[in-house]
Amino acid sequence: MKLSPLSTLAVLLALALTLASGLLQTADQWSARAKSDNLFGMLFGDGRKLFANQFFTMADVYFHSGYYPSIFDQGAAEEKEIISASHGKKENEADEKNEDFLGRPKDWIDAFGRNFRITQHTHLENHNEREILPWLRLAADLDPQKIETYTVGAFFLREHLNRADQAEAFLREGLRNNPDSCEILFELGRIYHESYHDQNRARNVWQLGVKKFIARPGAEQKDTRLVFEELAVNLAHLETDAGNYAAAIDWFKAAQKVSPTAYALQIQIDVLQKKLAAGPPLSPPKLP
Amino acid sequence: MSKIFALAGVVIKELYRRKDFYVLFVLTALLTLAAGMVNFFHDDKIVRYVKDICLLLIWVSALVIAVVTTARQIPAEREARTIFPLLAKPVSRAQVIAGKFLGCWLATGVALVVFYFFFAAVTGSKEQIWPWGAYLEAVWMHWAMLAIVIAMVLLGSIYFAAPSSTSTITLIVVAGILLLGTHLKIIALQQPEPMQTILTIGYFAMPHLEWYDLRDFVVYDMGLVPLRAVGLATLYAAAWTGIFLLLAWLGFRRKNLTT
Repeated sequence: MKLSPLSTLAVLLALALTLASGLLQTADQWSARAKSDNLFGMLFGDGRKLFANQFFTMADVYFHSGYYPSIFDQGAAEEKEIISASHGKKENEADEKNEDFLGRPKDWIDAFGRNFRITQHTHLENHNEREILPWLRLAADLDPQKIETYTVGAFFLREHLNRADQAEAFLREGLRNNPDSCEILFELGRIYHESYHDQNRARNVWQLGVKKFIARPGAEQKDTRLVFEELAVNLAHLETDAGNYAAAIDWFKAAQKVSPTAYALQIQIDVLQKKLAAGPPLSPPKLP
Repeated sequence: MSKIFALAGVVIKELYRRKDFYVLFVLTALLTLAAGMVNFFHDDKIVRYVKDICLLLIWVSALVIAVVTTARQIPAEREARTIFPLLAKPVSRAQVIAGKFLGCWLATGVALVVFYFFFAAVTGSKEQIWPWGAYLEAVWMHWAMLAIVIAMVLLGSIYFAAPSSTSTITLIVVAGILLLGTHLKIIALQQPEPMQTILTIGYFAMPHLEWYDLRDFVVYDMGLVPLRAVGLATLYAAAWTGIFLLLAWLGFRRKNLTT
């Protein structure tokens, strides 16, 4: 039997199409990588987490306008300031001094070379904080399980750029990728409490955060005590503002168990206990 | 001097006849424009990452253009045997070296102007400011650094067998200096002897190309570098360029061109 080239081509095309349509369903199950809904995940596999860390560091570099220690300098491994800033930590003079990683010039080459390097420790301000966002977005795309990316990004969007809607959307995305993260729930609660002034939703979200924390294994709880303290203290303040002093005292007592500043919390508990003993707070007068 | 300029003119013509520059420029432009079009959190005022990416591409492209263009100059003349009529003009071997250097340096200068003009246009259209002083300093320092690199490549092209090996070795050396130049002393201090002494000598003996990288000043809007420092750095670049050209001439003077 002799087949013309065109007939051969037609037969091969028909075969290819038949196989493609037949195998499409099963081919999806062959590789776990093909299931990835993230382009970066498919391209880099787990190696993408390395890039994500690098991009997260880039956000910190931008926050310092380029004044940043290299891997060869002292202080390169310290906690990133965008993280501590998102926890409300303000720098004092000692911190500033610690971050002078350059020190005195080592020789004339180093001294002259500093003319061409950024040698001033500054932080982005006046809405220029937006410049760190592309790196956080990329870090989140590369490693959706890196929780700090969402909390730091949302903090700067909400606190410095007045973009609570974008912050909430970013956190919701983080929550979809990390449903058990009490850190993301805490930050989400701050948006409801501080930006939207929706105390009920803030309370619900923070209480859910506490539940997620309690469900964590013991070792993990020990490493992430700070978030529990933040959740409990914020819930305590929320209950105080609502006049629920007994609940507020309970939350302060819970926070005391993990807080390094238990004495300061005790002062607040004492104040609340006096208020509680004095009777229920006066309800605000109704507006006409 | 006219012979040197005539030789330089030929090199410049060669650059715009070859496709290297156009390919790299189009690639830089496409990647920058693509990066600039990405929208992060619906905020169209974010611009520094575009500057960062664009300047990195400009640095890589300019380095590739300078190294590749220079590395093939003398080997190509020898291979095509056009070096003999050139030297019979009469043009001295020192003039050939000077002409080739000047041509490559001016050609990369023209490429740099085009690249930075594109950079200013793209970033200026986003943030509506044009800090021309900072741009001029950045271009000048970049061009001064390329003078050292071009002289280094010319020297390499005299001693190494092929343009490819010259290009590869020079790119590795330049990248090494740019990445580690500032930190070499710190690394040296952490090493046991005799490595500590060797690295310290290397630190003082190498051309500090990293000084000429003013990208951070442009990206983070940190103003101008003092003009006195720029002037001294220019003198330093001139000194290193002179050293490499002199060494290249010494090698080329005794070079047997027939093999």
